[in-house]
Amino acid sequence: MASIDVESVGKVYTGGVRAVSDIKLNIADGEFIVLVGPSGCGKSTLLRMIAGLETISEGEVKIGSRTVNNMEPADRDIAMVFQNYALYPHMTVRQNLEYGLKNRKTPKAEIDTRVAEAARMLEIGQYLERKPRALSGGQRQRVAMGRAIVRKPAVFLFDEPLSNLDAKLRVSMRGEIKRLQRRLGTTSIYVTHDQLEAMTLADRLVVLNGGKVEQIGAPLEVYHAPASTFVASFIGSPAMNLVKGELHGDKLAIGPSMIGLNGFAPTSGAVTVGFRAEDMRIARADEEALPFRLEYTEELGSQRLIHGMIGDQLATAAVAPDAELSPEMRLAIDPKRLHFFAADTGKRLPGQVPAQAKLAPAEPVI
Amino acid sequence: MQTKRTVFQSRVLPYFLLAPQLIITLIFFVWPAAQAIRQSFLRQDPFGLKETFVWFANYTRLLDDPDYLNALGATFVFSVGVTVLSMSLSLMFAVCVNRVLRSGRFYTTLLVWPYAVAPAAAGLLWWFMFNPSIGIIPYLLTFVGYEWNHRLHTGDAMVLIIIAAAWKQISYNFLFFVAGLQSVPQSLTEAAAIDGAGPFKRFWTVVFPLLSPTTFFLAVINITYAMFDTFGIVDATTSGGPSQSTNILVYKVYADGFIGLNLGPSAAQSVILMLIVVVLTVVQFRWIERKVQY
Repeated sequence: MASIDVESVGKVYTGGVRAVSDIKLNIADGEFIVLVGPSGCGKSTLLRMIAGLETISEGEVKIGSRTVNNMEPADRDIAMVFQNYALYPHMTVRQNLEYGLKNRKTPKAEIDTRVAEAARMLEIGQYLERKPRALSGGQRQRVAMGRAIVRKPAVFLFDEPLSNLDAKLRVSMRGEIKRLQRRLGTTSIYVTHDQLEAMTLADRLVVLNGGKVEQIGAPLEVYHAPASTFVASFIGSPAMNLVKGELHGDKLAIGPSMIGLNGFAPTSGAVTVGFRAEDMRIARADEEALPFRLEYTEELGSQRLIHGMIGDQLATAAVAPDAELSPEMRLAIDPKRLHFFAADTGKRLPGQVPAQAKLAPAEPVI
Repeated sequence: MQTKRTVFQSRVLPYFLLAPQLIITLIFFVWPAAQAIRQSFLRQDPFGLKETFVWFANYTRLLDDPDYLNALGATFVFSVGVTVLSMSLSLMFAVCVNRVLRSGRFYTTLLVWPYAVAPAAAGLLWWFMFNPSIGIIPYLLTFVGYEWNHRLHTGDAMVLIIIAAAWKQISYNFLFFVAGLQSVPQSLTEAAAIDGAGPFKRFWTVVFPLLSPTTFFLAVINITYAMFDTFGIVDATTSGGPSQSTNILVYKVYADGFIGLNLGPSAAQSVILMLIVVVLTVVQFRWIERKVQY
């Protein structure tokens, strides 16, 4: 059990390539933090710096009250689950679980209890004498988690642990990781590029882009008030629609069409307007609306995604599966569900954070 | 593994395509081997005019011959020495090079060079370096109070041919070890580091066991090399002496047959050597390929 403090941490590789810059992050004891971002955003590098597998070029990492910058990985009181599981192929499952404990000179009886406990928790008891080669992907994943659990570390680090599993198994293992973490109450940092995994697992999300933090916040906070166009397009599926628009007083012009904002305009001039697919609906005849030229639809069963153009810009809307479609449609949106971003920097324009309480907790569509 | 089968229109064509390899094997391997087997059952008179069929007399005599038993012993010491020395050194080099990120290729190139040196040239090189009268190494050894003379001391002679033979084989082993090390996923050593194993322990408990297929393969190759491919080195450095101490089997075949012109027993010796090769090959393909896996 420990808190983690990441103080202005940066990473520059030899040769001057900068992977991570100036990351500040305070993680409370027992918190589940997910680092999410596209590949190459520095999330794994950050995790590996916390683990001690990469040197920290700038700043300071503290686990508990100890600064760990110059500490060996073994002394940091962490356990890590790797993407490829990194099970020792020449050892049986039991030997894999015992390895870390033996290296720490844990008494034999204690090792046996802990292995038995982990095996029971993860339901791998019947495979203890097998080699990893004889296990399926999901079972290997469990062993990898078992190896982390038996050590009873202060921190769990997960480096994309589910990305080698098939989609169905991924969903169930995701639930299991969450359940285990809740039960053990161990501070965890989890790296993924999958926004859905990030949303479902995290107590708090850290969205990274280009080695910098874009936003830190609870999943719904990030979902409902993305700090930038990058976060808006990365979190949520389908991605938030981002279109160029222009504010004229209390009116928003998107292409040739214009809608009233009921006093929700944060500024004036050119902006990037964001809106979620599920916040759009087919307009009544007497309503102010955006013209939408339908191109194709995707059926998800519970809803229907319609893709098309607003003016000359691409947009996607989610409508009821039985909604009536026509090549030329009109879509309406509640002005308070619009997100405004600065046209040049992509940063969120303040003032119009939708009050979360009033919104139905819109779950992201799978 | 599934291989693609090619169907030939003509029945003759495949044999025609195989012919060059088959002809070479027949002329340079099968035929001499058959000759050796035939010869091993014969005894010649001193002038080579007459041959008598003597059944297994050449073989039984060999096994009673103290010189032959001595050669067997020397071969054993020699091949174990060469294998252990060259494999441990090359493993060490491979581990070092594997840790170097930038100049790894450069070191690899340097370390592979000795393989391109002909055995006789390598032997000559060592002959000069260890030459008791003019060599640099005996000269340096006098400073630590050791008088090196492989022409007189049997131990020195054995050490010399072991070093010379191992040196040539290091390149080969090194390449295999580097390839083996590179196939051990980095995440495994990282996991072991987090699991509290120091660098030394990580190597011996995680990396080395994963290298075992490479290690066993190389052990067989090295033993085979030491026993059969070191004629040039022995001939150029010690020529089997002093007092037969470095007269390993493959050299003795040559010495008895071509210098002593004692063709029958020499042929019997080569047949025994051939059997040893066969056994080693079988061991390699049958046992090791299957057994050493994880």
